[in-house]
Amino acid sequence: MTAPTTGTRDQVKAPTTTGVRGGRRQSWRRRWLRRDLLGVLPFFVFVAIFLFIPTLVVVIGAFAGDDGRPTLKNISALADGYIVDAFIRSITLSAVTAILGAVIGALVGYAVVTAGPDSLVRRLVTSACGVLAQFGGVTLAFAFIATIGLSGFVTVFLHDSLGIDIFAGGVWLFDLPGLVLVYTYFQIPLMVIVFLPALDGIRPQWREATESLGGSTWYYWRRVAGPLLAPAFLGSTLLLFANAFSAYATAAALVSQGSPIVPLQIRSALTSEVLLGRENLGKAMALGMVVVVALVMWLYGLLQRRTTRWLD
Amino acid sequence: MSNSVGVRLDGLRRQFGNVHALDGLDLDMSPGELVVLLGPSGCGKTTALRILAGLEDADSGRIVVGGKDVANVPANRRDMGMVFQAYSLFPHLTATENVEFGLRLRRQNAATRRQRARDMLELVGIGAHADRYPQQLSGGQQQRVALARALAIQPQVLLLDEPLSALDAKVRVQLREEIRRIQLEVGTTTLFVTHDQEEALAIADRVGVMRDGRLEQIGSPEDIYRSPATSFVAEFVGLSNRLPGRVTDDVVEVLDAKLPLVDAATVHNGPVTALVRPESVDVTADPAGTGRVVAVSFLGPTARVTVALPDDAIVVAQMASARLPELPPGTAVRVILRPVPVVVSAA
Amino acid sequence: MAGLRQRRARRQRILRWVVVTLLAVLFLLPLFAMLEFTTRGAGGSLSWETWRVFFDWGALDETYPILWTGMKASFWLVLLSVTLTLVLLVPTVVWVRLRLPRMRRLVEFISLLPLTIPAIVLVVGLAPVYAWVVYFVGGSSLTLTFAYAILALPFAYRAIDAGLSAIDVRTLSEAARSLGASWATVMWRVVLPNIRSAVLSAAFLTVALVLGEFTIASLLNRDNLQVAINQLGKSSAQMSVAVSLAALVLAFVLLFLLSFVGRRRYRERKTS
Repeated sequence: MTAPTTGTRDQVKAPTTTGVRGGRRQSWRRRWLRRDLLGVLPFFVFVAIFLFIPTLVVVIGAFAGDDGRPTLKNISALADGYIVDAFIRSITLSAVTAILGAVIGALVGYAVVTAGPDSLVRRLVTSACGVLAQFGGVTLAFAFIATIGLSGFVTVFLHDSLGIDIFAGGVWLFDLPGLVLVYTYFQIPLMVIVFLPALDGIRPQWREATESLGGSTWYYWRRVAGPLLAPAFLGSTLLLFANAFSAYATAAALVSQGSPIVPLQIRSALTSEVLLGRENLGKAMALGMVVVVALVMWLYGLLQRRTTRWLD
Repeated sequence: MSNSVGVRLDGLRRQFGNVHALDGLDLDMSPGELVVLLGPSGCGKTTALRILAGLEDADSGRIVVGGKDVANVPANRRDMGMVFQAYSLFPHLTATENVEFGLRLRRQNAATRRQRARDMLELVGIGAHADRYPQQLSGGQQQRVALARALAIQPQVLLLDEPLSALDAKVRVQLREEIRRIQLEVGTTTLFVTHDQEEALAIADRVGVMRDGRLEQIGSPEDIYRSPATSFVAEFVGLSNRLPGRVTDDVVEVLDAKLPLVDAATVHNGPVTALVRPESVDVTADPAGTGRVVAVSFLGPTARVTVALPDDAIVVAQMASARLPELPPGTAVRVILRPVPVVVSAA
Repeated sequence: MAGLRQRRARRQRILRWVVVTLLAVLFLLPLFAMLEFTTRGAGGSLSWETWRVFFDWGALDETYPILWTGMKASFWLVLLSVTLTLVLLVPTVVWVRLRLPRMRRLVEFISLLPLTIPAIVLVVGLAPVYAWVVYFVGGSSLTLTFAYAILALPFAYRAIDAGLSAIDVRTLSEAARSLGASWATVMWRVVLPNIRSAVLSAAFLTVALVLGEFTIASLLNRDNLQVAINQLGKSSAQMSVAVSLAALVLAFVLLFLLSFVGRRRYRERKTS
């Protein structure tokens, strides 16, 4: 019987008699390593071309001037009033919808998790959330236009039946308030998906132990479930923030005039036919976005580690 | 130190769909007693424990603790300490904070709490790890903390739901002795649930063997072992040889030996199956013997010898392991049954 | 006998249904509005004309050429992207698990990276890369496959990784190897059959992603379903809303069916 080979001690295992075509003892280590690496080569090549290079393009382009020489002009242009406004609006939009989505989504998640892992309710809700969280903003934008757009179902209903004109103060659907509403619509399902695993990790024994020690439901939530779920909740909220901050399609479909948020500013920078230099400004803005999102994701990663330590 | 009380369970019934988890359970526990509920999976022992704790409701029956009917008392007011099989320590609290949890609820001030927690952790033998988190403790250590946490609140009754089942064999043996020592020291009335019969016999004041939702027999460990009331108890607790025999006038004839019966009154004459304990079987090397050793098993202090008999019967005998050299496989042997009372069941 | 716990369980159940129903109503409202919008006929009547035209797929070529191009493109993109993602990721992840465990952190980090790089940022950097792609393989919309495989990485990786963790792939492969199997056999006959549901899950997530993707397709000036819907919205609002609704429902049905295929997390059932 040949000795089983494991992947753990690559450098120190003995060569087996299967699959190795002779060879000098000294070089078997290096040959082993090379052959193994071949297995992951396609992946790395692909990722290098379609992920790393574009990222490099953005980073380098952010620091390049019209003439191609390195400059900080683009970065300093980020301090322009309208761009700072766009960042502030993006951050506000993301924060508001993240919190709304987190709170409501957590409630829905809790309601669903009490049903048990195989229940119909859970399947229906998680499937629906999977679709709504992932699906393109275009579809949702149109859904909302059909609902509370100028001739939308609810608009017309409120107007004809209750005499309320929701657009009396201006058509807000195609501006920031509209974005808040529509974004929340996909933030809530995302929260359900992201937070549910943490809720699953709450063991029934903890509740029973609390009860047998004399604790009430309120005490359980305040001292046990609350603290245990807090990192997951915060982490999920951060994830929602990053998700809203990065979103483009919904805004692109809803907002046709002006560029209130950063992704739309990037769009105008890319599609602008006016100046070549605008393109690099777009890259600078993209870099700014990456910095914000990377920071948020890093914090998320820290919180995730705490969560998995307690709730896995 | 304890405020132990008596517990009475009266005619408990619990049904899940078509399954009768509990089918009329009656149990009486004296103050300070350690009763073990022993039985196979599905016999209802954990259900009974959880109903007593208030974590589940019974369909019918009474639960009386310290003279008071507690059926309508919610779990968090029953003043019982519970140790679960696993995973019950709060992962975000240290061992000390876990133990303090129940005390904090009862609004004891920080200094008293801390002192009591430390005392309990010393009592269960892990004072050194008081500030560790559950993830940093081994399974056995975690269960010690769980025990300390349950005892810290000075409960009327202590409930243990298979606390050792998830642990390594050696830790299990060690920890069960500790649990018994602590229980005797603190004096709390204790209900201990397990499927491990060795565990049950080792630590209990009384053992209740359960099957299909009811108690088959309850008595001291010696009673259960030596005088099993039914063949189920005889076979579940300890090993039994099943040998054909014939009952005539209050004795049963098995393998040319006349053995007394455990419960002569209930047995009729005729062919039966006798349940004989391995340690009541004597095996001696004898060239003229009718038996032949087919296998031996060295267990440390004792040994088990499997002997094949002429009519295809197999007998397992238990003896001091020092005798093994005389009985290698293939030896012709003579099998003699000692005159210890045996249980019989229908042939 | 007091049914304290049954009462609490019932309260929880009521709460559950109230919350879910309330939110279901709120969330279904826009979908219902979409349906209502697409069935508006002349003079406020109910008309299924839009849907009739939609389901007449043969004639879509002439009635709504933009839509037809977009649907075709998305159809092929789904097939190609799923294939590319799985072919790229599954062998790599399994190989890393079995043979190169030190690379696991690196591969995980790379796979989750697209979560940190928003599509809008990625597309900024993809433009020059795609110039080369056009040079080598042409400018068809199907070249979006490459970008989509990148976008799908985090979701597909997580699904496959979870599936591998659930089956203790290390032990299985060691057992197979000790019985004399080659690495190819281990991959094909031992590992893959056991992560079927995880692979399926990864595939479905990729499908949902590709069907819903707009940003990259739009800014690279290519066609896909969402781009077509968006363009159509300017000229024929009803049809674009109808297509959106159909796409949503399709994705929901797919994911709902997937939830039955998946391997459930093992929970210890209490006995006795």
